[in-house]
Amino acid sequence: MRFILDRNTWQEIFGSISKNKVRTVITVIGVLWGIFIYIALSGAAKGMDNGFESMFEQIAKNSLFVWAQNTSMPYEGYKTGRPMQLKLEDATMIENRIPEVEYIAPRNVRGFFGSTPPSIGRGNKMGSYPLFGDFPAFTKIAPKKIYDGGRFINDEDIAQARKVAVIGERTQKELFDKGENPIGGFIKIDDVYFQVVGVHKFDQSGGFGGDGDIFIPFTTFRRLYNTGENVGWFSIAAYDDADVVQVEENIIDLLKNIHQVHPDDERAFGSFNLGEQFNKIVGFANGITFLSLVVGIATILAGVIGIGNILLISVKERTKELGVRRALGATPAEVRNQIILESVFLTVVAGVMGIILGAMTLAGINNLTQDIDFPYTNPTVPIPYVLGALVIMVVLGTLIGLIPAQRAVSIKPIDALREE
Amino acid sequence: MIEIKELHKSYKMGANSLHVLKGLNFSIKEGELVAIMGSSGSGKSTLLNILGMLDEADSGEYTLDGVPIKNLNETKAAKYRNKFLGFVFQSFNLINYKSALENVALPLYYQKVPRKQREEKALKYLEQVGLKEWAEHLPNELSGGQKQRVAIARAMAAEPKVLLADEPTGALDSKTSYEVMDLIQKINDQGNTILVVTHEEDIAHMCKRIVHLKDGVIVEDKKVEQVRASQYV
Ligand SMILES: Nc1ncnc2c1ncn2[C@@H]1O[C@H](COP(=O)(O)OP(=O)(O)O)[C@@H](O)[C@H]1O
Ligand SMILES: [Mg+2]
Repeated sequence: MRFILDRNTWQEIFGSISKNKVRTVITVIGVLWGIFIYIALSGAAKGMDNGFESMFEQIAKNSLFVWAQNTSMPYEGYKTGRPMQLKLEDATMIENRIPEVEYIAPRNVRGFFGSTPPSIGRGNKMGSYPLFGDFPAFTKIAPKKIYDGGRFINDEDIAQARKVAVIGERTQKELFDKGENPIGGFIKIDDVYFQVVGVHKFDQSGGFGGDGDIFIPFTTFRRLYNTGENVGWFSIAAYDDADVVQVEENIIDLLKNIHQVHPDDERAFGSFNLGEQFNKIVGFANGITFLSLVVGIATILAGVIGIGNILLISVKERTKELGVRRALGATPAEVRNQIILESVFLTVVAGVMGIILGAMTLAGINNLTQDIDFPYTNPTVPIPYVLGALVIMVVLGTLIGLIPAQRAVSIKPIDALREE
Repeated sequence: MIEIKELHKSYKMGANSLHVLKGLNFSIKEGELVAIMGSSGSGKSTLLNILGMLDEADSGEYTLDGVPIKNLNETKAAKYRNKFLGFVFQSFNLINYKSALENVALPLYYQKVPRKQREEKALKYLEQVGLKEWAEHLPNELSGGQKQRVAIARAMAAEPKVLLADEPTGALDSKTSYEVMDLIQKINDQGNTILVVTHEEDIAHMCKRIVHLKDGVIVEDKKVEQVRASQYV
């Protein structure tokens, strides 16, 4: 230990390394490249991971959507091509029959999916915004951040079919004056006055929902547009430990049963399983991380083996020098430690340079992707990974240094010094 | 300072064995300047390597400064070499990527002398061999004679009890050889014990005593009138 901390040791090692520049540079490049690949790849994978994470932050990861389409098979006297319609009672059935469902939110919309947008305005200011009829449960599936002082639709709103609305940031900007408090203010939706009870925050990084969306109670929506028991689609969240693919299947089967659809009809109900997509993406990101780990480690290993090789050659070249050192009083341990330390030092220097270079590359990529719509955030390699890589390099450097070091001490000084 | 008794050494080569040293006896006192003479292959280097603890005798006794040298492991031998002995080789054996100063300072590094003192001391010895101005030069920027003087400075820097020189002038022309011998004589004048292996008569006569080896035995061991090298320089 004293040997490692001794300044003289390092002067000697630094001397030997800096005086053999070509060898040092070649050696360093191998390991540098390895650690660079490792850092750059795993950082990029992490960045993508983070990107997807923040995209999915606004919606339950185990969520799925179900909507109605037309049948594609005749069944029980019904002809093919019969239009399907989801009903409010379907939600109750699903909740009662499928225990894996944690939340179910029936939803309706105007001004989205091709339907005519409602006319929305305030005084002489007008705008076009999608209008959703929602239950409070919707925020359990796709959490909405509401600005201070406001709230989302609650059970009272539903029960009394209150004329209240939660508006988006853009809606606020376009319909209200600067500095004006929108809460308590009134907007006109298709000639009916609604009181604003909340403004929801729009998250730039996410891909769900817009900054102009207006939410009103489901029951109010029903009264306004005479939709009766009809539901546009269901947003559903399954429990975290549920198998979302299975839940999706169960729900569709149940709906087919209720609506008398052929069990094999694939078209009657449409669904989109976010949970499944999410799992695929997570799997993809994990795969990339794992791949970068394997590639990185393999490259580092190759680099370190390269160091070992070059040190081995250099030990042969330096046979005479090592003999002279022994004649001048270097003990075998001192010779061995010097070679090992040279190996470790080269490895670590190369590693640190690779880490710095990799980090710079990651920062560069981060800057480039800042403005474009690509799920890529904060591509950092976790510190433990970096430290782990350094530890691995020290260990590998030592192990690989042992071979040339052993070679160096196995040469007797008298043989090293023999005059030809 | 040095005492050997019935020193034997043979080299095994397959089934054969070559008996190189066949029972050598002598003793060298402090301050002596001894030439080991003999033709090529007579065992001079073998003897010097044993005295230098780079090799071990098969049998016999070797005492250095009162310490019996026997059954040394490599570590112990390294420590003794560092403490007791200075080496000068025919081919100089300077480390080519180190400056003259760093070369001279190297044995002090293995003595764990701090760097500042190491450099001061190394510079002092470079000055003694007249190469202070060349301290920062690499060996390949020096002439043969200069290299050997750096090597001698390096051997002396550790302040050894005995200086062992194996054909120190073997790679030099006669003028440079005399310069090196002049230096060796001056170091001896300061009271240092020196052994010089040579096969050249004139070099041997610049020492104070000649031990003549032939076929592995000492055929002659005589004191001589020292020829001063300075008169030829
Ligand atoms: N390591 C060795 N293995 C076998 N034979 C050796 C070895 N070293 C020296 N010899 C032989 O021993 C003899 C003496 O060698 P050496 O001591 O180098 O002689 P000198 O230095 O007087 O020329 C020579 O015949 C040489 O070939
Ligand atoms: Mg010889």
